[in-house]
Amino acid sequence: MSIELADVENIAHLARLHLTDGEKKEAADSMSNILKLIDQMQSVNTDNIEPLAHAFDSVQRLRDDKVTESNNRNELQKIAPESEEGLFLVPKVIE
Amino acid sequence: MIDATLAEISRALESGKISSVELTKAYLDRIAQENADLNAYITVTEELALSQAEAADKSRSEGKAGAFTGIPIAHKDLFCTNGIRTSCGSKMLDNFIAPYDATVVDRFNTAGAVTLGKTNMDEFAMGSSNETSFYGPVKNPWDHSLVPGGSSGGSAAAVAARLCAGATATDTGGSIRQPASFSGITGIKPTYGRVSRWGMVAFASSLDQAGTMTQSAEDSAMMLNVMAGLDEKDSTCSTIDTEDYTANLNKPLEGLKIGLPVEHFSEGLSADMEKSIREAIAEFEKLGATVKDIHLPNSHLSVSAYYVIAPAEASANLSRYDGVRYGYRCENPVDLEDMYKRSRSEGFGAEVKRRIMVGTYALSAGYYDAYYRKAQKIRRLIKNDFQAAFEEVDVIMGPTSPHTAFAIGSQNDDPVTMYLEDIYTIAVNLAGLPGISIPAGFINNLPVGLQIVGKDFAEAQLLNVAHQFQQATDWHKKAPGE
Repeated sequence: MSIELADVENIAHLARLHLTDGEKKEAADSMSNILKLIDQMQSVNTDNIEPLAHAFDSVQRLRDDKVTESNNRNELQKIAPESEEGLFLVPKVIE
Repeated sequence: MIDATLAEISRALESGKISSVELTKAYLDRIAQENADLNAYITVTEELALSQAEAADKSRSEGKAGAFTGIPIAHKDLFCTNGIRTSCGSKMLDNFIAPYDATVVDRFNTAGAVTLGKTNMDEFAMGSSNETSFYGPVKNPWDHSLVPGGSSGGSAAAVAARLCAGATATDTGGSIRQPASFSGITGIKPTYGRVSRWGMVAFASSLDQAGTMTQSAEDSAMMLNVMAGLDEKDSTCSTIDTEDYTANLNKPLEGLKIGLPVEHFSEGLSADMEKSIREAIAEFEKLGATVKDIHLPNSHLSVSAYYVIAPAEASANLSRYDGVRYGYRCENPVDLEDMYKRSRSEGFGAEVKRRIMVGTYALSAGYYDAYYRKAQKIRRLIKNDFQAAFEEVDVIMGPTSPHTAFAIGSQNDDPVTMYLEDIYTIAVNLAGLPGISIPAGFINNLPVGLQIVGKDFAEAQLLNVAHQFQQATDWHKKAPGE
């Protein structure tokens, strides 16, 4: 399975990454190599095997629906690139 | 005194032979002399260390000291440390001052430990050589032209060069065990869920685990006693009880059944490495253990499955780095999409971007079943192989790494060559099992590591087995520059 430039562009957009033309070519090459490695998986039949998402097949633990956290917004927002009155500022989204 | 093991230091502090302040100053002096060259530390926390050391000495004088009070350690720069830069080896978090302590850090602080600083690492834990760090490569203390291994290269180098008594580290595909083997020290990755991941920056959430880098198994056990156990803030943390990991270190190994996977002793392994490893295993037979061959038939697929699962999980975990709330934001973004794309592309290094791309691809529409779901099925087969093997044996042993440390810059052509560095360690993360690497010899004056894998939650047994080897041999006592 090899990767085309169009695939690279599509994936880069999904991942919100900006690649230069040189980087796109490089990405296509290295991804193709990695896919060759990954394709080895197809050599084994796994038809009746259950996927394993967690080493011990654990399920999400739940807790009581009670407030246990405190509101640390001001502390946590001190390190934001740009913020004002409790809001994080970003370039305008709506035209 | 600063060449001593963590256990020896603990006893010296207890007996009053040395104070934590004297010890901390000695480490800080040595770091000042050697870190510019080794690059093991990204951030040295001199003021914090001295104030913690003073508090430890005061607490000792009041009769309130515990086993870990006053012991100087380092934390891999993946653990959030309140008020201190937590960079994950990345430009993306170069300006990130963590607003809280990770549970692992908090537990050591509560136990009275002294934080010397944050250690260097491959960017976001993605690498096997500590060459992808934004802060430059770490040098192997045994030979400065070689890598210390990765991703926890800084922690490994810091312990090997005696720039701390012990260090925390993390392991997702071998990132504790492989650098421990390249750097001639002891590194343990506990069972998945044994140690809390809260405040430990996520790479691959179903594989990541915090562990230790130390000079010995006894030292590891002391650190694990502080770190291990349920944390309500990490819902993947196990509810299974912890134990005193130092309690059974001296249990004799008579009757221990050791399995050697035939797949780990085949073509990929050099003759030198095989000889060293088999000689190390023979020591266990002298201690009363029996050895037999076992099979892990799906071993050869572990790297493939890992390089789908880990990048896929990483692509999800790293989507939070968007320049909005913390971390790097690009200059003069034109619009929101430009801000996301340029912040991420400028903030992340090449290997991280590569893995995000692979992960995004594997999870994308049309490929999810062929890649991600297939890899999870392979993961089940790998786990089943270990379960079958553990019906016949108590522990599994083999080489940690296919060879000794390689030259900085020598493996940069094809990422896949670097991925194959973890060929013996990766399956252990996929199965969630505990694994340790201990020094077991030298080839051309470079350290060799023996990997020991246990059943789930069998850290105490692994540490016992490793400790008995370390009582009968002295590989772990060798230090660079002797």
